[in-house]
Amino acid sequence: MSHDHDHSHDPITDGDEPAAAARVRALEELLVERGVIDREDVRRRIDWLVSRSPADGARLVARAWVDPEFKERLLEDARAAALELGLDPGPSPVVVAVENTQTVHHMVVCTLCSCYPRALLGRPPDWYKSLPYRSRAVSDPRGVLTEFGVELEDDVELRVLDSTADIRYLVIPHRPAGSETMSEEELAALVTRDSMIGVAQPAAPAPVA
Amino acid sequence: MRYRPGQRVRVAARPHEGHHRTPGYVKGKIGSVERAHASFMNPETRAYGEDGLPEQQLYLVRFAQSDVWPDYSGPRDDGIYVDVFEHWLEEAE
Repeated sequence: MSHDHDHSHDPITDGDEPAAAARVRALEELLVERGVIDREDVRRRIDWLVSRSPADGARLVARAWVDPEFKERLLEDARAAALELGLDPGPSPVVVAVENTQTVHHMVVCTLCSCYPRALLGRPPDWYKSLPYRSRAVSDPRGVLTEFGVELEDDVELRVLDSTADIRYLVIPHRPAGSETMSEEELAALVTRDSMIGVAQPAAPAPVA
Repeated sequence: MRYRPGQRVRVAARPHEGHHRTPGYVKGKIGSVERAHASFMNPETRAYGEDGLPEQQLYLVRFAQSDVWPDYSGPRDDGIYVDVFEHWLEEAE
């Protein structure tokens, strides 16, 4: 076949819409057309997803820091503990909370995709879904932590949790020194999203003037 | 439930065509059951429009980092904990 014409061979696209978005839109059209879902279901689900935020997880952690019995309940059954605080633990996947201490540090990854406790932390950050994080968090976790600014001593046991199936892990970070007199609300402000994934320590309390 | 916390288990090294939730880096590796979670629908059939039944027991299994990555340079106690379904586990002596 001759190929001496001069038009470009750029792929045909729908403006700037990524191929994956176009595929999802086509799937949605089909599912709606066949009556499997309706558009209101999709809208409600999106509204729910964007309404979630790490502030909910932070409330759980702050309460666990000030109330040891609540912490035990949170470790035992995170879903029930979230309901106890009036938080929405989300649909089915089971949330399991794990506790960082002076001698044990947990960090969470989903090597197979991007499983994440969205109900309590909101949408996962882009790096959490990236291939470099997903592969290196298991093979070189201390190197990854160093890049996030966390230097673990050698006598701290590092536990990497790969949430490959139906469980979503929430890290209860270690309560920082100097926070002893802070209120539960002030403590919650120290609990960052990344500290509940286990790639950061909570924020340091402001020094007392 | 076939396995108890503390029990030594090996992840089956079998190949699997299609969707499954057992990461390749632990296939053939020996670890110990850290906790038994609960039973969940089987993702291997559910992914293809089936009902995912019977449900499969899910376990959290601990592997020593140095068993998974022979050149792991971190401390000996470092571990990687992976959720594995019962039908991927075998007894290890």
